[in-house]
This record gives sequence, structure tokens and C-alpha cells, in this order.
Amino acid sequence: MRRPKLLLTVLLVTTLIGCQPKEQSSSPSTSSQAPGSTITINGAGATFPYPLYSKWFDEYQKMHTNIRINYQSIGSGGGIKQVTAGTVFFGASDGPMTDEQIKAAPAPMLHLPTVLGAVAPIYNITSVTKPLQFTGPTLADIYLGKITRWDDARIAKDNPGVALPATDIVVVHRSDGSGTTYIWCDFLSKVSPDYQKRVGVATSVSWPAGVGGKGNEGVSGLVRQTPGAIGYVELIYALQNKIPFGAVQNKAGEFVTASLDSVTAAAAKAASSMPADFRVSITNADGAGVYPISSFTWILLSEKPQDKERARVMVDFMKWALRDGQHFATDLHYAPLPKAVVDQELAALSKIQL
Amino acid sequence: MGMFSNRRRSSDDGSFRVVTGAFAALVLLAVAGIGFELSRQSMLSIRRFGMSFWTGTTWDPVSGVFGALPFIWGTLYSSILALLIATPIALGIAIFISELSPRFLRQPLSYLTELLAAIPSIVYGLWGIFVLVPIVRKLELSAPDAIRKLALFKGPPLGVGMGTAALILAVMVIPFTSSVAREILKNVPTAQREAAYALGATRWEAIKVAIGYGKSGIIGSIMLGFGRALGETMAVTMVIGNNPQVTASLFAPQYTMAAVIANEFTEAADDLYLNALVEIGLVLFIITIAINALSRLLIWSMEKRSSRPMAIVPLLEEQPAQ
Repeated sequence: MRRPKLLLTVLLVTTLIGCQPKEQSSSPSTSSQAPGSTITINGAGATFPYPLYSKWFDEYQKMHTNIRINYQSIGSGGGIKQVTAGTVFFGASDGPMTDEQIKAAPAPMLHLPTVLGAVAPIYNITSVTKPLQFTGPTLADIYLGKITRWDDARIAKDNPGVALPATDIVVVHRSDGSGTTYIWCDFLSKVSPDYQKRVGVATSVSWPAGVGGKGNEGVSGLVRQTPGAIGYVELIYALQNKIPFGAVQNKAGEFVTASLDSVTAAAAKAASSMPADFRVSITNADGAGVYPISSFTWILLSEKPQDKERARVMVDFMKWALRDGQHFATDLHYAPLPKAVVDQELAALSKIQL
Repeated sequence: MGMFSNRRRSSDDGSFRVVTGAFAALVLLAVAGIGFELSRQSMLSIRRFGMSFWTGTTWDPVSGVFGALPFIWGTLYSSILALLIATPIALGIAIFISELSPRFLRQPLSYLTELLAAIPSIVYGLWGIFVLVPIVRKLELSAPDAIRKLALFKGPPLGVGMGTAALILAVMVIPFTSSVAREILKNVPTAQREAAYALGATRWEAIKVAIGYGKSGIIGSIMLGFGRALGETMAVTMVIGNNPQVTASLFAPQYTMAAVIANEFTEAADDLYLNALVEIGLVLFIITIAINALSRLLIWSMEKRSSRPMAIVPLLEEQPAQ
């Protein structure tokens, strides 16, 4: 009784071991399409636009039932890597690809701005009721650890009539690599040469001061917990969670509070001098009413796609997202693209060789 | 395959040995594979920085300079601190449950300590941010100036930092160490205790004999906790402050190897940067293996020195009657 059972187990186990690798190798990662069946398109990248993208794909699939677009929010860096390697059909990133990354890609990558994001400074000073105002250089020096007290003369100068506490500033930044950090550092580097030299612009940087919190929730949690703390979070996160934030001085000298309108205004200004490849930074933009810590987020598509069928679907999807899709943006607290940029992009879609 | 199906040539024992042996070899293969793959994928960084990767203190993705010392320091320091806090408590729990506790309390107590191990680490992290951090900050604020001048307590009272991380880690390590240590004490043969009593030992002295008997196993349970602390990521990154620096201060924000990988891997697009992050993984892998090997050596040398057999779980001995 016992022996056959054991033998059977042994046989089963060895068969399983023998089969596993074979099974894996026989299932290809991309299945060929039979005519009339569902077309599946995979994309990966930035986490920031993920809620909007999933809404877009959902709505688009309702209209085109034979199309499935999957998006994995694995981060901008991962998105660029995967689309370059060809493991996904399209990528998404909060920062444009660098010249080096473009050179490494097998085909030119079309950068298509989809929507706008912004980063807002938050702080924890219970004695102050009206929003604090910051100039770019002041924020840079706070993050460089040069301004260490809230009652510093330079903060006081920008906030006349506000009784600032005589306490230490606790700097909070993101600990995880993030497009939010990229935009924040991009702005601070533009307004402070010292910041550019000592910190620079990237999704993760070497911070001269402060503590790191993981994600927007980590940063806002630390700021809320720590009296005298200052941090930065995505505008959407601040709006959704009703976290009050400070105003930042723009290039024109106005103190502007981040809002969907002031962020779209920053992009509208950029449209007049848009480079052909859309790789543009709109932090510290010119013009009145412009919020200076704003940025595009991009979808990356190959200009010479191998798979023409999928490429045609993506072009059609992009046309829809840029025209009809934009009104979903406001509902989800994303700043929509200005009309001028949409027109430029619709023209640029013809670069994709179908 | 042929060998297994031919019953005449190999007994069940033989095939059983081969199968289990194959599974054991799989573990070795996995370890070797991990080591190989980690080295292969960090080649760029290994070539560029060499040994200075282990001693460098700058971690700057913008200029492409990577040194892992602050992370190595943070990982070892936080784990050792956690061990110092957790070990006495965990052993206390184990001794109480196995030797002193009234019988009706034994089951609930064991269950509750083991429940601690079942809590996901993200929950520990959130609890850390919202409950532990404010408490620690209050403690830090109330520390007298004389203490604040010591190197161990320098820096602004942030609440987040090495001390908080060590506390969270200690809580997470306790169930591992205490439940293994409890099992070990439970499996000490009753004869050992009876012999001690027969010689006129007090309760405490008899417990000491039991601990002595299970010494190597108890050290094993402590090392298990240490391994757990070394690799813990999420809870630590939420309360340690994530600032790479080498300092003894418990108030200072610091960083660990596991935390920097979790934090920066997704957004690292640059090749050298990715390679450096993978090399951090390699360093963590090497350190974990080295520590485990050292603890093995420690246990072996103890077993050699002592004349009596020190099997961790003497399976053939009769269980103590409960």
C-alpha cells in the first residue's frame, strides 16, 4: 500500500520538475493576433498620471471593445527602460528622456505631453494661518540647509505682517525616486546656481539636509507630525487630501498659489516656444499668473513602430485623449493641456510611420 | 526518470534520497544563482568603484558617484540595536512561557507573540509614523541638555531616526526569537531538569541548566532574529529618515541597504545608477551570508567545547510531560 503511493509521488514530482521549464518556454510573451480578435497593447511608466491613464484606457475601451490597453505604473525610469528595450509598446515618463537615453533607443521616441502636474510646498507652523509665500532662491537655500530658522530675515521679508516662529526648519524630501523630486529640483536649480551645482536635477538626488519620506503620503505624514517641518508634494495629492500649501514667486515676481489654472497657464506660455520634440521644461516659466513649479508628463511612442496595427490604435487613442480625453483631467485634479499644445501634438502624431 | 520507474534496481529509500537531495541542491543552486546574477548586473559599478564602493560615503545619482558605507552602517547599526533591545525581552517571554507561566496562559501568550510576526511590515511602518514617532519625539524633546551633548543623542529631535527604527525592528524581531527559543526550551529533556532538582537546585538554577542545554539553539534563534532585522525594508524606511550618513547618534536620520534599493530602484534609468543599486543588493547578500556563517561557526565551536550533545531539537528524547 505504502510503496506504490511513494513511487507515485516521486513520479509526479519529477514529472513536474521536468515540465516546468518547457511550459514556460512554450508560452511566448506576445501572442500573434487572429483577425477580428482583441488587440492588446501594453505600456508602462510614470505613477503620477496613472489614475488619469487608467480612466482614459477604460473610457476608450468602452468605445472600442476589441482593444485592451494595459498600463503598469512602475515608475518613469522603468517606463523609459522598458519601451527602449521593446518589452512594452509605449512608455510614460514624468521627465523627458535624456540625450543619452535617446541615443540608446533603437528608434526615435516621440514625446507626447498628456497632462500637467505641479509640485507645492507644504509646511507645519500652527501659529501661521494665512498661506506663506516663498521665493525660489529662499526655498533653494532652505533645501541646501543654508536657511535653518523660520524667523530668518529672508522668509520674513516675503511674508510681511506674519509672525514667524523662532524655531528650526525641518526639511522633508522624498526618499524614493520620483518625478515630483525631479520637478522640484528642476525649479530650484533654475533659480539657484548654488543648488544646481550642489544638488542638481534627477528623480533621486544627494540631499544636503533633512529627512526623507516615502511617497507623497510619507512626506505629508512627516510634515504633519513634525512642528516646523517643510516638504513638497504633488499638487493633486495636496488638493485631494486638503493639505494647505504655500505660494511660490514666479519669474514675473508674483506670488502664485498652485491651481489647475495657474499650472495650465505655465504650459500655455511654453507653447509659443515649443521645441519640435516636446522635450521642454516649463518650470520657472515666463508670464503673469503662471505657477512656476509645473511640468508636463509624457507618453513615449516609437516613431518607427514594427507593429503597424498597434501603432494605428495608439495614434487613434492619442488623438482621442488629446481632444475628448482632456476633460477627464480636471475631474481628477490634473491640469489639462492648453489648446495650442494639443494642436502642436496632433500635428506631430504624423511623425509616426504607419 | 528511468531510475525512478525501475523498482527493481532502486529501493524507495534510494529514490527518496535522490528526490530530497535534488530539492536540497535546488537551494544551493538558487543561492549561487542569486550571487552570480547580482554580480553580473552590478559589473559596471564594480569596475568603476572597486573596493571604494564599500568605503565611499557619497551617494549622488546626479553626478554618478556611489558609495555604500552609510547604508552598510545603517543596516548593521539598526539591526544590532534591535537585537540588543529584542533579545532580553524575547528570551524573557520564552522562559516565562515554557518554564514559569500558569498552564492556562501558555497557549494565549504563545499565540499573541506569534501574532506579532503575522502583522505586515507596512502596518508596522504606519504605526511607527503615527504612533511611535510622536512618542519618540516627545522623549527626545524632554531629554536634558547634558544627555543631548552625548554623541549617542546628538541632533535635532525629529522623532524619525535610528532610535525609532531600532525600536520598530525590535518589536518585529521579538516573535521570531521568542517562539524559536520557546520551542528549544520546551524540548529540553525533563531528565535534565529533574537531575538539577535532585541535586538541590532552586527553580532559577534548574532553568539555568535548561538554558545551558539549549544554548546553541537559543543562539540560533537570536541569529534568526538578526537575519530578519537585516532584511527588513518597509517599516524601517518609513521611520528611519532616509538620510545616508555614518553617525552613532540615535536621533539622526539614517538609511539602510534594503531601504535604498526599495526607494530608488523603480526610478533609476541610468545604467551605472542601476548597477550601483544592484551592487547594494550584492553587498547585503554577502553580509547576510557572512553573518550566518559566523553564527554557525559560533554554534559549532560551542558544541565542540561542551562535552554533552547539544542537538537543537533532540527529536528522539521524550517530550516533557505537559
